Formats: sequence, structure tokens, C-alpha cells
Amino acid sequence: MLNYVWFFMILASVFYAVFSGNIEALSVAVMDGASKAVELSIFLLGSMCAWLGFLKIAEKSGLTLLIAKVLSPIINRLFPEYRDNYEIKGKICMNLSANLLGIGNAATPLGLAAMTAMQAENRTNRPTKGMMLFVIINTASLQILPINMAAIRSSAGSAAPFSVLPHIWITSLSALLICITAAKMCERSSLWKH
Amino acid sequence: METLSMAALPILIAVILSYGFIKGIDVFDIFLDGAKEGLQNTIRILPTLIGLMMAVTMLRESGLLEAFAMAVKPFSERMGISADLIPLALLRPVSGSGSSAYTISLLNQFGADSETGKIASVMSAATETTFYAIAVYFGATHYKKLYYTVPVALLGDLATFIFAVFTVKFL
Repeated sequence: MLNYVWFFMILASVFYAVFSGNIEALSVAVMDGASKAVELSIFLLGSMCAWLGFLKIAEKSGLTLLIAKVLSPIINRLFPEYRDNYEIKGKICMNLSANLLGIGNAATPLGLAAMTAMQAENRTNRPTKGMMLFVIINTASLQILPINMAAIRSSAGSAAPFSVLPHIWITSLSALLICITAAKMCERSSLWKH
Repeated sequence: METLSMAALPILIAVILSYGFIKGIDVFDIFLDGAKEGLQNTIRILPTLIGLMMAVTMLRESGLLEAFAMAVKPFSERMGISADLIPLALLRPVSGSGSSAYTISLLNQFGADSETGKIASVMSAATETTFYAIAVYFGATHYKKLYYTVPVALLGDLATFIFAVFTVKFL
């Protein structure tokens, strides 16, 4: 899928840029995008190492197990295939908690740790239902405290930067529930057959 | 509210460390064990990031999104949605920094408390950058097919757009 998306994004950009005479900006954009990715990963490296370090402490001390046990009723329903795997459930919980708390910098490293753990358990050459649902939940991402947006709004002169909070909650929660429902329906349909 | 969220991160770290310390764990040694894995993880997703961000920057700089927004303008205005929101809806699943920048420009142009400004704020804040999350999380794996992952994630973005317009207009 990403093969098609990536190919069409680049092809469409090149065609349109040639057509609209915007080709110079595009040739700058190629290298600009590539070097931005390196900048981002250097930025990511710090939080990645720090959070995987904290995750290890939380795992060794049994803290993630504790959280996984508390959240088990929800996690078991969403990820039935990992019902008895507290290591994976713990990592999933850590990622979901970081998302809820709005700590995006922590959510990515913790989510990668969960994906790596799920992949290590997977004996097939296709992603598991759990992996796909996990990534889908992360793309929808429930936001409880969108601080960045409040900061952007107040710097743009908003009289009430937090006034959109209920709208964000309703929108974010509805989209998340729609995603989970759709993913669960796909799991049962012919799109996915084991 | 702001202090609460700012406090979440240091407090979480304090809780993790204290719990480990009480359980008699060599916290710094274990921290280093985990941190070492961060290096491999980052290097493993770097090629994915380069490929994706190159494509996104190209898409943005080509002017294709603006052209598309102009094309659907009559349609969106008949539905009562400002055409200026269309590029944001297209950009949001693809580029986090790009859609933030576009949201700021909309807030400055229409005012942060205008209807368009509010819808843009909700659209920006209520979801995560879909393709970034998919590329980063699956970038660390070796799977060729992602089955229904992309369509379902994009359905979520469509839902975000619709609910953002709906909640701001009717709440």
C-alpha cells in the first residue's frame, strides 16, 4: 500500500510542478525533505534512548505489568491475541498512556517497542491483527490535553485558547471509535483471512 | 490545565524511577540497557523517514494541494465549508509540521476565534499524522502488505474532518 501511496505522491508532485512551472521549488524540496528527516531522527534519538531506558526500568520493576493488569479488561477486548502476553500488553499500555497524557515524544519510542515485541512473537510474514489495530489507534490518537494547539491559538490572538477543547474531545473520540469499529469489522471480513 | 500537562512528563518519570528504586533495581544500569536499544531503533527507521519526508515536502512545494483546493472550492462552499480548510484536510494525514504551519496561517488570516479558525484548530489537534505513524511503526518491521491499515486510518481522518466541522458549527 505504501508503495503505491509513495509512488503517486512523488509522481503527482513532479507532473504538477512541471505543468505549473514550479519545478525549481520542487528540486529544492527533494533535498530539503531528505535532510529534514535526518534532523528529525537526531531529535528523535534523544527521546528514543531516554524513553526506552525508562521503559526498561518500568518493566524490570513490574510497573508495566501492574498497569497492564489494571487495563486488561480494555486491552484484552482490543487485542485478544495478546491476552496472555503481559510483556506486549505492558508495552501497548505504556504507549497508550503516553498518548493520553499528550507526551508525543514518549509515545513514538514506546509504540516502536510494542511493535518490535509483537513482531518478535509473530511467526508469519504478515502483520498481525493486533499490530494493525495498534497502529490505527496511534494514527487516530485520542488527545486529552492538546497543549500545542492552545499555545498556537493564544499566540494567534485567541481570547479563549481552550474554548475548542470539548470539540477536540468529541472529534478525537468519535474518530477513534470509528477507526476501532472499522478495524474490527475488517478483521472479520474477507479482507483478512488467516 | 497547561501546568497539569507540563507536569505530566516529569511526574511520570519520577513515578517510574521511584517504583524501580523501591523494588531494589539498579535504576541507572537498567536505564542504560534500555537506552542502548534506542540507537538501533532510530537508525532502523531513518530510511523510512527520509523516503516519506522527501515525498511530503515535494507534494507540498509542488502546489498540487492548493490547486486541488481551488478545484473543489465551489463544491465545498455549497456545503458551507470554507475552501481554505480543504488543503488542511489533505495535508493533515501526511505532514504534521506542514499542517501546523498551515493552521497558523489560517488562524492569522481569519482569526483564531473565527469559525474557520476553530475548525482548523480542531482538525489539527484531534488526530495524529497518519502516514507518519504508519511509516514509523511499520518502518521498523519487514511486512510487504499492510491490508486494511491505511484505508481504516484514512477513514479516521475523514471522520476527524467531518466531526471538526460539525462540532464547531453546531456546538
